[in-house]
Amino acid sequence: MQEQIASLKADITARIAGTDSIAALEDVRVAALGKKGSVSGLMKGLGGMSPEERQVMGPALNGLKSDIAGDIAARKSVLETAELEARLAGERVDVSLPVLDHAAGSIHPNSQVMDEIAEIFAVLGFDVAEGPDLESDFHNFTALNIPEEHPARQDHDTFYLSPNAEGVRKVLRTHTSPVQIRTMLSKEPPIRIIAPGRTYRSDSDATHTPMFHQVEGLVIDKDTHLGHLKGTLEAFLKAFFEVDAVTLRLRPSYFPFTEPSMEVDVQCSFADGNVKIGDGNDWLEILGSGMVHSNVLKACNLDPDVYQGFAFGCGIDRLAMLKYGMNDLRAFFDGDLRWLRHYGFRALDLPTLAGGLSR
Amino acid sequence: MKFSLSWLKTHLQTDAPIDEIVRTLNAIGLEVDTVENAADRLAPFTVAEVVSTEKHPDADKLKVCQVSDGTNQMQIVCGAPNARTGIKVVLGQPGDYVPGIDVTLKKATIRGVESNGMMCSYRELELGDDHDGIIELDVNAVVGQSFIDHAGLDDPIVDIEITPNRQDCLGVRGIARDLAAAGLGSLKEADTVSVDGSYASDISVSLKLGQDNASACTLFTGRKFTGVKNGPSPQWLQDRLTSIGLRPISALVDITNFITHDLGRPLHVYDAAKLTGNIHVRTAEKGESFLALDDNDYTCQGGETVIADDAGVFGFGGIIGGEASGCSFETTDVVLECALFDRVKTAVTGRKHGIISDARYRFERGVDPLFAMQGLEIASQMIVELCGGEPSTAFSAGETPAWNKTVSFRSERVRTLGGLDIPAADAVAILEKLGFAVSGDDPYIVSVPSWRVDVEGEADIVEEVLRIHGYDDIPSVPLPVIDHKAGTTLNASQKKARRVKRRLASAGLHEVMTWSFMRRDFAELFGGGDQSLVVDNPISSELDCMRPSMLPNLMQTVQRNKDRGLDGIALFEVGPTYENDSDKGQHLVAAGVRAGASGPRHWSTSQSSVDVFAAKRDAIAALEAAGAPTANLQVFAEAAPWYHPGRSGTLRLGPKNILASFGELHPGAMKAMDVGGPIVGFEVMLDAVPAAKRKNANKGALALSNLQSVERDFAFLIDADRPVADLIRAVKGADKAAIAAVSVFDLYEGKGVPEGQRSIAVSATFEPKRETFSDQEIEALSVKIIAAAEKAVGAILRS
Repeated sequence: MQEQIASLKADITARIAGTDSIAALEDVRVAALGKKGSVSGLMKGLGGMSPEERQVMGPALNGLKSDIAGDIAARKSVLETAELEARLAGERVDVSLPVLDHAAGSIHPNSQVMDEIAEIFAVLGFDVAEGPDLESDFHNFTALNIPEEHPARQDHDTFYLSPNAEGVRKVLRTHTSPVQIRTMLSKEPPIRIIAPGRTYRSDSDATHTPMFHQVEGLVIDKDTHLGHLKGTLEAFLKAFFEVDAVTLRLRPSYFPFTEPSMEVDVQCSFADGNVKIGDGNDWLEILGSGMVHSNVLKACNLDPDVYQGFAFGCGIDRLAMLKYGMNDLRAFFDGDLRWLRHYGFRALDLPTLAGGLSR
Repeated sequence: MKFSLSWLKTHLQTDAPIDEIVRTLNAIGLEVDTVENAADRLAPFTVAEVVSTEKHPDADKLKVCQVSDGTNQMQIVCGAPNARTGIKVVLGQPGDYVPGIDVTLKKATIRGVESNGMMCSYRELELGDDHDGIIELDVNAVVGQSFIDHAGLDDPIVDIEITPNRQDCLGVRGIARDLAAAGLGSLKEADTVSVDGSYASDISVSLKLGQDNASACTLFTGRKFTGVKNGPSPQWLQDRLTSIGLRPISALVDITNFITHDLGRPLHVYDAAKLTGNIHVRTAEKGESFLALDDNDYTCQGGETVIADDAGVFGFGGIIGGEASGCSFETTDVVLECALFDRVKTAVTGRKHGIISDARYRFERGVDPLFAMQGLEIASQMIVELCGGEPSTAFSAGETPAWNKTVSFRSERVRTLGGLDIPAADAVAILEKLGFAVSGDDPYIVSVPSWRVDVEGEADIVEEVLRIHGYDDIPSVPLPVIDHKAGTTLNASQKKARRVKRRLASAGLHEVMTWSFMRRDFAELFGGGDQSLVVDNPISSELDCMRPSMLPNLMQTVQRNKDRGLDGIALFEVGPTYENDSDKGQHLVAAGVRAGASGPRHWSTSQSSVDVFAAKRDAIAALEAAGAPTANLQVFAEAAPWYHPGRSGTLRLGPKNILASFGELHPGAMKAMDVGGPIVGFEVMLDAVPAAKRKNANKGALALSNLQSVERDFAFLIDADRPVADLIRAVKGADKAAIAAVSVFDLYEGKGVPEGQRSIAVSATFEPKRETFSDQEIEALSVKIIAAAEKAVGAILRS
């Protein structure tokens, strides 16, 4: 009997090893362990054995059954793996094929720069103020100490709308400074605002377009002086150009709405057509500024003996050009997709001070 | 304002090099535009002599010249008619750059004859327009000498931008005064001049402006000269004028131009023989006209300040004189004018008639009122010196206005306004150097000199101190930190704009910024073009009307991109549109367009054209980003006439409040604008989106169940013209508590569906709250849905 078991085991084991498919293995399993299988047949014989015989043969036969079941399971796993490999081998694709890009638009560099500026001035406690593009003569000129026939008006290349029913001509605001007036007329000091927006002058070349963008800054308090202006502009320009230090040069100038007035140059280098802010031996005019003129304060019903402060105005497009290297302002308004893809920003590039302003 | 270094030095005693002068000018607010020195570009040119000439063997008009520069002799082929033996010329040799023709000379062979350089004309050296022949130098010119030295051209020309407040620096002397105050030398004393007249002028002047207009000309003083000899002015005077780009005319005129630029004092000369009777300064009648010195006829609109004689008008006072009374070489008797004209009236007349003149430029900025009399004397003396003749005694009308402007000045304001802490004595010293008289004790009484008509208040005095001291010492001071505020830096509308921009960019659209103005006829196609929004003085007829919509600009931008061969164009803009010219007539709008194919040609997908639903999807994305309650939006199948009437719609909150419109752009509008389609677009009225109600950051607790939700599909037949939105609303409304979502997953029309109907396949998601739905509950919900669909839109369940 023992020999019979051993020979059967050897036979079945050999047959298991010889299978080459799950189906063939199943046939082996049925022939061995099925109801009419060879092992099952031997197991049935156990009933006719004496208790002593059964004591010996029982474990032997059970051992045979479990060994064969184990071999079948092991073989099955091998065959399955082989089958899977064979199937997968037939399922190859060319992964070098190009995929469809996710839709990706872009943010205009001007929007990005406006967001950057807002971020910087938020830390300094400024609000963002706005005013209409179609301004009254009062807000754009008169209240800013630019009376009719002032020579400075001629420098503004102003666009006018046709006279309305009352014979009044609105102007397309020539600067964002009227927002100073609107703010001072509607709000008690202390005031800290920036006012970005569209501005218009009848001018066109590589650095001038009939529409452009400015950002105005205004601080009104009781003891704000020129030193604060200098400190604020330094803080702004350092943060904006993402450099450790900037050197400013204030040059006396003239704006009717500030006194004293100054133009502000920033130290820079021009190398290979690129402007680098923060070092070098050249100077770049970057904005106009000054202490708010007493006539402007008076026009806004503020007592110049009590309140004083500074204002500045700066081209947003110009800041973008300096920071990001565009050389023609006209392209900002042309909407050339190639330009937008090159100079635009991704939707998720939201400038933050924590994460960096320019990616 | 141009001047040469040598001219400046006639007023300023200084050894400062030009670089330092330029640096100082910038530092004190006289911004230097350019500094040019002819010596820099003409350095290599030398004085040479033509030793011999002979005709070129192969060209009639060319000569072969032997030219000596004193050391070497060279052969030069020259075409100038005046090239001849013995003349002294300006020689350029191979390697020298000739600025007027932008050529670097090299050895050449001209028609077979070797040529080793060039004899130059004035134009070739950018010294004038003369190109009739080569320059012939004085016979005494020293051969071999540098041409620059010979001609005295080593004199930098500085061009500075004078801000509108600094009339005093529209004369070289004013600039010298500022430089002296800034420590760059000392201002030379100006002699007080007076000319004795030997007779009384037979021509007199009267101011007939009337009481209302008396300020137009407060003083007119003058003098007559008989027996003058007018001709070309002396070389030094001509050189002065040409050095700053002025054309010498005649001695009399050159004198007035010189004093205008030297002392900032405009003057005028009249040929006395051409005057009829006396001179009157009066207010023009409408229709009076004259031929001016610029060869233009001007017809008065009435109200201008004019200079006239008994016969009529011949000039605008303080702006331009008349041709009829002008001086010529034949002039022997002359009347000199030195007057004071009102700033504003001068500006108004100048602007009205579009006249730009040196006189207007100065009068409208305000000339020194106390200098008129001395100006007259200085000019008189020059006339006598340069033209001879007999001067009359001075005549005048009106009087020198009183000048006693004082400003109270607290020296601490330099610190509290200007941020600069300097001793009071330093501030006083600066003011005194500028010509201000300072008296009293802090606060000081500062008397403003008559040439500083711009100085009015304490802030101006602070500025004078700061600019002469220099701004560099002003320390940087951080703004004081202000208390924390809970509000945001951006207001609600700004935040809306920012989020919408970034949402649309992430949906694949590129942000553009287009002009706020556009063509009026295009504006009319988009509901605009009203006269109140027409630009009176547009920069071009393409940009003559404020835009009622951004779509036309976006469509044109699409077309420009198409013209460059680009496809798959998706653009948006967030910006203003203009309904009227009031403050409230400007709206914040987000608009976008998609054109051409819906995506790129790609192996993984089939390509289709953009359709109205892409625009609708963009509009909803923008509205969602703007905080609109998108779930409550109603779709109306009607939109503005610039959209395709059958393929457009509006999204509204309630029947009246239109938040957005979308659709295919109307083929008619595209054709009118010469833009190719298809283009779909949308406009979202961000101003109309209601402000979010949420008051704080808390979103409230959320109860979620882990019970399995169930999906059931229904196929309904409804009338083909019935909006599917109505069916969806009915299905959703069948049991609001249980039905969480409804979607449409198939549309079918055609075989198997009755004519005039379509089949809509809808999937409804049932979300249990407390326990899983039983089969009976699911069945009951289905029955409710079918009933609701039938009741609301007559839908029939397909079996």
